[in-house]
Amino acid sequence: MMQGRKTFVAWLQAAPMMVVFSVFFLLPLLLVTIVSAWDYNEYEMIPAFSLRGYSDTFEGCIADLPNLCTILKTYLKTLKLCLLTWCLTLLIGFTVAYFLAFHVRSKTWQIVLTLLCTIPFWTSNVIRMIAWIPLLGRNGLVNRGLEGVGLIRQPLEWLLFSEFSVVLALVHLFTFFMVVPIFNSMIRIDKRLIEAAYDAGATGWQTLVNVVIPLAKPGIVIGSIFVITIVMGDFVTIGVMGGQQIASAGKIIETRLNALQFPAAAANAVILLGITILIISALTRIVDVRKEL
Amino acid sequence: MSKSSKFDRRMSRRTMLKGAAGAVGLAAGSGAITGFPYVHSADPKVLRYLGTAVNEGDEISKKCLEDTGIKIEYITATTDDVTKRVITQPNSFDVLDTEYFSLRKLVPSGNIFALDARKIKEFDNITPVFTKGQLPNGKKIGDQGTAPWKVLYLEGANSKTFSKTPTEFVTLIPTVYNADTLGIRPDLIKRPISSWTELLNPEFKGKASILNIPSIGIMDAAMVVEASGQHTYADKGNMTKAEIDLTMKIMTEAKKAGQFRAFWKDFNESVNLMASGETVIQSMWSPAVTKVRSMGIACTFQPLKEGYRSWASGFCVSKAVSGPKLDWAYEFVNWYLSGWAGAYLNRQGYYSAVLSTAKANMTADEWGYWMEGKAAVSDIKAPDGTVLEKAGTKRDGGSYEDRMGAVACWNAVMDENDYMVRKWNEFIAA
Repeated sequence: MMQGRKTFVAWLQAAPMMVVFSVFFLLPLLLVTIVSAWDYNEYEMIPAFSLRGYSDTFEGCIADLPNLCTILKTYLKTLKLCLLTWCLTLLIGFTVAYFLAFHVRSKTWQIVLTLLCTIPFWTSNVIRMIAWIPLLGRNGLVNRGLEGVGLIRQPLEWLLFSEFSVVLALVHLFTFFMVVPIFNSMIRIDKRLIEAAYDAGATGWQTLVNVVIPLAKPGIVIGSIFVITIVMGDFVTIGVMGGQQIASAGKIIETRLNALQFPAAAANAVILLGITILIISALTRIVDVRKEL
Repeated sequence: MSKSSKFDRRMSRRTMLKGAAGAVGLAAGSGAITGFPYVHSADPKVLRYLGTAVNEGDEISKKCLEDTGIKIEYITATTDDVTKRVITQPNSFDVLDTEYFSLRKLVPSGNIFALDARKIKEFDNITPVFTKGQLPNGKKIGDQGTAPWKVLYLEGANSKTFSKTPTEFVTLIPTVYNADTLGIRPDLIKRPISSWTELLNPEFKGKASILNIPSIGIMDAAMVVEASGQHTYADKGNMTKAEIDLTMKIMTEAKKAGQFRAFWKDFNESVNLMASGETVIQSMWSPAVTKVRSMGIACTFQPLKEGYRSWASGFCVSKAVSGPKLDWAYEFVNWYLSGWAGAYLNRQGYYSAVLSTAKANMTADEWGYWMEGKAAVSDIKAPDGTVLEKAGTKRDGGSYEDRMGAVACWNAVMDENDYMVRKWNEFIAA
C-alpha cells in the first residue's frame, strides 16, 4: 500500500515534465519521422509510404564513387566546421572559465565578470553576426588597416564569405555556451585539492591535466553538447558569413522547406538528428554526466 | 523577382501595430463598448493581406482606408513563406499578393478562389502584356517560363486546370511587374557591359554574384549560358533534366574557379554586396539598384542585348473568403487598379497593370521619365518625397516599350522543379 502510494507520488512529480517532454519533443519528433516516409509533389504531402525523401537525398552517391556526392560532401563540411568551432570554443571557453574560477578571487568580481560575458547576448544573434561584415569585407576595416600599415597590397579576400569568417562568427556567437558550464564545474572544485597537488609537488601543468580537467569534465561535455547541437543545425550563420556559398546540413533542410518538399526536409532532419545523436552519445560515453553532477 | 524584406522590417511592424490600434479604435467607436447610442455602429471592414513587403506600404493602406473604408492588415512574409502559408493555412489570410509563377503550385492545392473577371471594373483595361502577351503597340513579348497569360485563366470556378483561352475565371489580378537584369558598378568596371555572359567573365573573378533563390537563379544562369552560345534552350523556364545538368555544370565550374563572391537571397543583401564593393556585377532588382544609388554610389540597372527576365505579381483571394468579405476583396482590387496605387508603384520603378488609370494620377514629367524613357524635366521624387534622380537623367533601359518589349523569359516553376532544386543544392555545396 505504502509502496503503491510512493510510486504514484513519484509519477505525479514526474508528470509535468513528462507531459511537456512528450507534447513538445516526442510528438513532433514522431511526426517528423512519419512525414519523412511520405511521398510528395509540388504542392502537397501525400500520406503514402515512400522513401523518396531519403533516396533523393542520397541520389548519385553510389554512382559518383569514388567521388563524394553532395549530401556526403555537405555533411563532411558541416562536421568540419563543427569540429573547428568546437575546438576553438572549448579552448577559449576553458581558458576564460579557468580565469574566472581560479584567478578572480572575489565572488562579486566573478559574478560581475560572468555577467559581462552576457552583454553581447543583449543584441540578436543576427546583428552580432552581421557586424563582422563591414569589418572583414574587401574594403573593410581590417583590410584598410593592414593596407595602411603596409602589410598587404591587395585586400585579403578570404577574410569574408569563407570558412574562416564562418568559424570566426560561430566561435564568437557560441563560446559563452562553453564558458558557463565549465565555470560551473570548476567553481565546485575543492580548492584544497589544488593545494594538495601543489604540496605534493605537481607543476601547474600537471595540476591542470590531472586535477582540474578531470573534475571539469561534466562542464566540458555539457558545453560541447550545446555547441555541437547548435552548429550542426545552424544554417543562418553559415549562410550569412559564408556568403551563401557554403552548404550545411541545415541549409539543405531550409531549401527543401522553401521548395515545399516537406517529406524530403523531414528526411534530412531525421538524418541530421541521427548524426547529432551519435556524436552526443559518444560524448556521454566518455563522461557519465549524471554521475558526475 | 522574389521579394523579401524589401522594406525595413520595422515598417511592416509599425503598420501592423497601427492596424491593431485602428481595430481597437473602431471597436471603441462602434458603440458596443461605450454604449453611446448615437455612434453609428458598423462592422469594420478588415482584410488580411498576405504578401511580401514589396507592395505593402503604409501609404497604400492609409489611402485605401480613406477611399474605401477598408482596413488592410498586412501579413508580411518572404515569397517562399507566402507560398507555404497558402498551402498549409489558407484560412489565415483573405487577400494574397503573390507572383504568377507561384500559381503552378498554388492553384493545384485548391486554396485559391477563382475571381470573376466581370466584377473587376478595369479588367478590360489591364495591359495586354498580361492578357495577350504583347505590348500595347502589338509587339509580342517573350513567353518562356511561367508567363502570366499562361496561368491567368481557369477552366471553371472550381477548376484546378489553367485555361488556354480567356474565360471569366481569373486566378490572379495583376498589379505590378518589372523586367530584371544585371546590376553593375560602372565606377569599378569602367567599360560598357552589354551581355549576360559578362557575369561569368573571369575579369570579374571573385566579384560577381547571383541570387540564391533556385527557381530565379537558374533563369539568370540560363540567360548567361544562352548568351555565351553554349546552348539554346527551347524554354529557359522549363528545362529538361539534361539542360538543368548542363546549366548547373557551367555554373559550378565558374563557382569552383572562384567567380562568385557570395550569393544573395534578399533585397538588403544585394544592396550591401554592391554598395560595399564586394561585388561589381550581379543579378539585381530595380529598386535595389535605386537604393544603392540613393546611397551616393554609382550603380546601373544594365540593359543587355539578350533582354530581360521578367516577373509579375498581383492579387488572389483565399478560397475561405465568402459573404461580405468577398465583396470587400473585390472592392479592394478595384480600388487598387483605379490609379492611385498604380501611380505609387510606377514611381518606385515598377509598372502598374492598368496604365491608363496610373497615368491619370501622375504628372506628365513623371510619366515621361518612368514610362516613356524621356529625360526628367525636374527632379524625380520617390513616393515618400526623397529625390531619386536629378533633372535631366533618363531611366536605365529606357521606355516601358523598350524594357517590357525586350523581355526574354519570365520567372518560372519548371516541370522538373524538384530535380532542379536538388541540382541547385549541389551547386551551392560544390
